[in-house]
Amino acid sequence: MSAALDDAALAAALTAIDPAGLGGVWLRARSGPTRDAWLAGFTQSLGARCKRIPSAIDIEGLIGGLDLAATLAAGKPQWRTGALEAARGGALVLTMAERADPAIAACIAAALDARDAFALIALDEGASPEEAPPPALLERVAFWIGLEDMRNPTPCISGESIRAARTAIVEIADGDLETLCAVAAAFGIGSVRAQIFAQRAARAHAALRGAARVAEEDLRIAARLVLAPRAITAPPEEAAAPRDAQPHPENASDQTGEGEAQGDRLVAATRAALPPGVLAIMAERNLARMRAHGAGAKARGASRGRPIAARPGRPSAQRRLDAIATLRAAAPFQRLRGRLPGGPVLLRRDDFRIRRYEQRREATSILVVDASGSSAAQRLAEAKGAVQLLLAQAYVSRARVALIAFRNAEAAMLLPPTRSLAHANRKLADLVGGGATPLAAAIDAAHMAALAERARGRTARIIFLTDGRANIGRAGDAGRAQAESDAMDAARAFRSAGFGVAFIDTGVRAGRQGEALAAALGATYAHLPYVEARGLVDLMGISRT
Amino acid sequence: MAAYFPFPAIVGQSEMKRALIIAAVDPNIGGVMIFGDRGSGKSTAVRGLAALLPPIAVVDGCPYRRDPESKEACVADCPVCGGKEVRAVLRGAPVIDLPLGATEDRVVGALDLETALTRGEKRFQPGLLAAAHRGFLYIDEVNLLEDHLVDLLLDVAASGENVVEREGLSVRHPAQFVLVGSGNPEEGELRPQLLDRFGLSVEVTTPTDIAERVEAVRRRDAFDRDPAAFHKKWRAEESALRQRIADARARRDAVRTPDAMLEKSAQLCIKLGADGLRGELTMLRAARALAAYERNDAVGEAHIKSVAAMALRHRLRRNPLDEVGSSARIARALEEDFA
Repeated sequence: MSAALDDAALAAALTAIDPAGLGGVWLRARSGPTRDAWLAGFTQSLGARCKRIPSAIDIEGLIGGLDLAATLAAGKPQWRTGALEAARGGALVLTMAERADPAIAACIAAALDARDAFALIALDEGASPEEAPPPALLERVAFWIGLEDMRNPTPCISGESIRAARTAIVEIADGDLETLCAVAAAFGIGSVRAQIFAQRAARAHAALRGAARVAEEDLRIAARLVLAPRAITAPPEEAAAPRDAQPHPENASDQTGEGEAQGDRLVAATRAALPPGVLAIMAERNLARMRAHGAGAKARGASRGRPIAARPGRPSAQRRLDAIATLRAAAPFQRLRGRLPGGPVLLRRDDFRIRRYEQRREATSILVVDASGSSAAQRLAEAKGAVQLLLAQAYVSRARVALIAFRNAEAAMLLPPTRSLAHANRKLADLVGGGATPLAAAIDAAHMAALAERARGRTARIIFLTDGRANIGRAGDAGRAQAESDAMDAARAFRSAGFGVAFIDTGVRAGRQGEALAAALGATYAHLPYVEARGLVDLMGISRT
Repeated sequence: MAAYFPFPAIVGQSEMKRALIIAAVDPNIGGVMIFGDRGSGKSTAVRGLAALLPPIAVVDGCPYRRDPESKEACVADCPVCGGKEVRAVLRGAPVIDLPLGATEDRVVGALDLETALTRGEKRFQPGLLAAAHRGFLYIDEVNLLEDHLVDLLLDVAASGENVVEREGLSVRHPAQFVLVGSGNPEEGELRPQLLDRFGLSVEVTTPTDIAERVEAVRRRDAFDRDPAAFHKKWRAEESALRQRIADARARRDAVRTPDAMLEKSAQLCIKLGADGLRGELTMLRAARALAAYERNDAVGEAHIKSVAAMALRHRLRRNPLDEVGSSARIARALEEDFA
């Protein structure tokens, strides 16, 4: 029966069988009929209501609290239940989960940890791998599923078989548990949670089949649905991993061979479930997470930071009421408004004061490094040294550093804005030099990165390290004249965006191209023929002001 | 029913467990910072810790859990402690979770909205800092905590007192707690000032041993299926551990530290180039707590050896880009000195 179901439907069914144990589903899909059908099917299987919340929900809406408007109207405290409470026994559907704030994620994660008996469906509409829900949530849901558009509607499993499976008792053999753990280890999955999920998924699947014992089929499904999407490394083709597993006393002699074979098949099945290129995508995703949830505060205007003086205004989800200032505003008029002694304070709409917060903006330094052949390998080493020194500085000042390198036909972001020294170091070591100079592409890449940083509320500063001798145009074809005019175009476009830019000419002699380009960029120009890393950092300090 | 996973049932992670036990034996050590990947049992261990802490005597009804022995009132106008007769009761020591999204109001306390709106009274509603007084304050993903909250926590942790001057309120109340933080270094470094404030730091990794992983999954599964039975199974071990911590607390100050051990630890710190004396003091304190826990009368080499890494790891003057990290350096130095 289950053979007819695809992974998405299977994940829905298994989650419906064991919502609290499996945590839920991370569903990557565009909003549309396919997703709606999946959700409808899931709701039907679950047989309980799904509480839908937007990712922009405030903490109070999540955990409940004093209902300000009702309290003021009634003159006695009116409480409202939070979404977490409302979802109990059912599911919590978090829409646009990729936009969810880490604070909201922390709240939901804590509720999932407390086994509050609900499943989380994180709907992710992220278009690029950088956009992903907070890792704290992903860690706590068993299934990571992507839905493609324009598919046949998901067949759903009837509520009866789900209910029957829920109460079924399924045993799992020790050897099978070992196999699952070994497979997880072989794919580089560190978290114990993933193994627990896999084990529960296997059990739920067995219950769905109506079996009393977990069989290989269940293990394969569990590995494919739970472990494969989390894989960080692929094991060698011979699948050595399960052999490392210590044979369990009971199946020491004759069954070990069988267990091993089963483990091998499982590894193969899991590997087969890895879409091509998935490991690269996963690595990128990890980076993206780091980028999106780097550390500390984001500039967020009216919702967090240090409080500053209140202003009159209408409270809303983003604009919190400042109760004291409101009461203070209302106080002088109480007698006029006819307040009875001991009665409630009489408030008018005009009394409302909202809180305002101020937050220091964070800074990101984007280094654009010429790794082409015309900039000698030595330059590259110096640039690496400079980035390391900048990172050390960032460690103290809590600024971020990003690194874009360009060579041959393209510019690539080697290091997304980060403060993590451990990660930065590893990335840097991998940078190699040589090839042509696609300067226009580099400027465009820096432009995009700077805009992205601005969108996150950070101040971006860009430092170019190049000799300015472009020889690859925007279209990717060689030709010095075209390349130079493309680079100038890109530079002028960049300038109009109004970022702080420094241009460090790494050519052996100060060149006309470098100066012209710096002027087009509106950049501070400096010629440092042999850039001492230390000197570069000093220059950064100057360009920062 | 207790929904936490029993502390003794946690598989492996001996360094983390040891550090937490040491912090429970001697709360003055200054807290524990746990670095590690997701799903390696950090939160589980801290939440299980609550059941291991010996109960504390408090004034009945006092919102700040005043020690009946102390002469000072908890706050200026505490309705309970202000009276003549106070009743002492035994309560479990608190372990408070500080969620990542906590607002400043939640943390330091704020005006009690309910009384303000309905009765027009100005009353202080204690926050998480008050709730954690005389217990543990746990911050998951402390490296993602907002800067202004970090500043605030540092301030309170250093002074042992929470001073609130806002919204027309003026309150000061004691807030002494053991700070336990956890975080994943891949997601952002911790500010050095905050790092230094932690007495001990440990690094946890997920077990690579298959048997250990299987056992972890098996126990977790047993717990999920029937928490009550699981607790029953571990209750004896848990209460033995609690008793042992209580005993260790009582004898902690009587543990001797021989001069030879003082010299050894000084040597070690000089060799590693540890900044300041804080690391050395913490190391000795931790060694003493460990000795008390292991029912020894005096600190020995073995004790220093097993706490050196956690006390010094985060205090070594390091090149922030040095990938080898402090742990390896400490291990090397220990090998040379403590043969």
